Amino acid sequence: MKKLKYALFTGCTAKQSTPEQMMSTLAVADKLGIELIELVEASCCGASHLQDYDDFLSLVLNARNIAYAEKHGLTMVTICNTCQLNTAMTKHRLDNNAELKTKVNEKLGEVGLEYKGTSAVTHFLYAIIDDFGLDKIKEMVVTPLSQFNIAPFYGCHNIRPSELQNETHKKPENAYRPTSLDDLIVACGGMTVDYEEKNKCCGFHVELQAPRTASILTGNAIAGAMDNNADWMVTPCPLCHLKLDTQTGHASEAIGREVSLPVLHMQQMLGLALGCSSEQLGLKHHITKVNFI
Amino acid sequence: MSTHTITTQKVNFKVFRFNADEDYLPYYDDYTMEVTSEEVVLDILNRIKWDHDGSFSYRRSCRHGICGACAIKVNGRSTLACKENMNKMIDIFGNDLVLEPLSIKRAVKDMIIDKKDFWEKHDAIHPYLISDVDEHPEHEHLVTPHEAEELNEADLCIQCGACHYACPVVEINEDFFGPAAFAKAYRFEADVRDDAHTTRLLELHEEKQGLWDCVKCFECAEVCPKDVNPIEKITKLHQMLFREGVATSNVATRHAVGFKHSIAKNGVLDEGGLVLYSEGLGIVKHVPVALKMFAKGKIVPPWGIVKSKNLDEIQKLVKSSSTAKF
Repeated sequence: MKKLKYALFTGCTAKQSTPEQMMSTLAVADKLGIELIELVEASCCGASHLQDYDDFLSLVLNARNIAYAEKHGLTMVTICNTCQLNTAMTKHRLDNNAELKTKVNEKLGEVGLEYKGTSAVTHFLYAIIDDFGLDKIKEMVVTPLSQFNIAPFYGCHNIRPSELQNETHKKPENAYRPTSLDDLIVACGGMTVDYEEKNKCCGFHVELQAPRTASILTGNAIAGAMDNNADWMVTPCPLCHLKLDTQTGHASEAIGREVSLPVLHMQQMLGLALGCSSEQLGLKHHITKVNFI
Repeated sequence: MSTHTITTQKVNFKVFRFNADEDYLPYYDDYTMEVTSEEVVLDILNRIKWDHDGSFSYRRSCRHGICGACAIKVNGRSTLACKENMNKMIDIFGNDLVLEPLSIKRAVKDMIIDKKDFWEKHDAIHPYLISDVDEHPEHEHLVTPHEAEELNEADLCIQCGACHYACPVVEINEDFFGPAAFAKAYRFEADVRDDAHTTRLLELHEEKQGLWDCVKCFECAEVCPKDVNPIEKITKLHQMLFREGVATSNVATRHAVGFKHSIAKNGVLDEGGLVLYSEGLGIVKHVPVALKMFAKGKIVPPWGIVKSKNLDEIQKLVKSSSTAKF
C-alpha cells in the first residue's frame, strides 16, 4: 500500500487542554506508518461560536486553513469533531456557491492565497477506516482489548448534519445508527456497548451560558454508559472528552448521582491495541484516572 | 421503460400503548407484519388500527406532509409518519422497529401527545407579520425574489413538532423556546414586510428563553421533514442580534465575540483567555476544575501558547473580512 499522507489540522484543544490527544495522534500515526504534515499556519476554526457572530469572517479563516492543505496537495484530516464540522461546512458552502467562493477568494487574495476546493476534508477516524482499513488494523493489533466493554461516544459534529457525511466519509454513516467508532472498537478486539446516549450531545457548547443544561447532558451520557456495563468510554472529539473527563463533579451534581468513567480519545484506544505505551498516549493527563492499564 | 418491483419483508413492531384516563403505566403491543416497499410509516399505523385493534389512537389528516399531524418516533427518531418510507426505516434500524409518540412524558393516548408546550412557545414569538398595514394601499407591496430568498425556506414549517421533541434542550429547560419556535421567529425577522424586528429580537435574546442555550447538536436539522434546518435559523438569529445592534453583553455574546479577539491575537484560541473574557468575574466558579486541569498539564498559560505561523495574514484578514461589530 502506498504510504498515506495527510495535512493535519490539529485544532486548538489538542495543543492546549488535551495534550494527550496530540501525543496519541502522533504515536498512532507513527505505528500505522501514516505521515502527517501539521498545518502550523492554521487558525482556530471558530468552533461554531465565531459563526454566531461573524459568518463571513469564519468562512474566510476556514477557507485559509483549507488553502494551506491544498498547497501541500493533501487531504486535510481533523482530530476534533467541531473543527471537522466548521471546515467541512465551509468547503460545502464554497464548493456549492461560486459567488460566495469568489468573495472569499477576494479576501484571501490580499494575503496571496486562494481557496480552490481541491483538498478533501475528513476526520482522522474516517481516514483510518476509509483509507487504511480496519482489516489491516486487526492484523496489527498486538494487545487486543478483549477484556473491556467500551462505550463509543460519537460526538454530534462528526455524524450531523448528515449532508456533510456524504462528502467527508466514503461510507456515510447514519446519525441514528452510526457504526464507525463501534467498528474501530471491534477492530481493536474490544466489546462495544450499545446505549441510548452514544450519538447524543455532550453539552460542551453551552458550558458557559447554560451550565445546568450542559451538566445534565454530560451526566446522562456517562450514566448511560455506566448502566450498560461499560468499563470505559471512547470518543473521536476532544471537546466531548473535556466534558466527559473533567466535568464529572458538576455532572454528578446535576443529575443527582455519582457518575464517572475513564474516557479515552479514539487515538488512545487504538494506540493501546497497537502496543503504544501509556506515556506515549499521555494517559497521565486525564482527570478521571485511567485505572485499567 | 424501467420496471418497478414491489418487495415485501417481515417487520416486528413494538408499539407504545397508553391511555391517560385508564392506565397507570404505558405498555407495548407486539405486531409482526409483511411490509411492502411502497408503504410509509402511516400505513403501518392504519393497519394496526384497521386490522388489529380499533382502539389504537394517533393523529392523522392530510397524508401529504402538509398538516403536520402525524409525527411520531420510530426507534427514537422523530418521523413524519405520512412522509417516511418504511424501507428507509428498515435500512436504518433493521427489522425490529419501535413506534412511540413524539414525547412519552406528554402522551395522552397511544401516539397522541399533548403539544401544549409546543404551541405556547410558538405563540410566544409572535408568529405573524407585525406591520402598520395601510388598509387602502395605492399599489401592491412588492417583495423582490432576492428578499423572499432571505426566508431560507423557514416558511415551509408545518408545526409537526418533530424537531421540538428531538431537541435535547427542550427536555431539560422548560423555558427554552425550542428549534421550531426559533425558526418561526426567523421566518418573520427575515421578512422585509415585518416591522417588529428589534422588539421580537430583544425578546428572543432574553436569557430564560435561551436563544443562546442551543447546544448545536443538529438534531433539529436532521429530523425536519421539510428541510427547514432550524439550527441554521438559530445561527442567523444570533448574527442578526449583532447586525441590528440589539445584542447586549452577556456570557454567551462575549463567548462568540471572544473568538475573534483570540484569533486576532494568536491565530489559535487562547482557551483560558476566552473563558476569562466570557465570564468576567464569574470565572471564579471555574477555579476548582481549572486547578485540577492545571495539575494534569491541561492548561497552557497565555505566554505558552504557540501562535499560528504567518499570523500577520490572519490579522490582516480579521481586519479586512470582519462584517459584524460588537
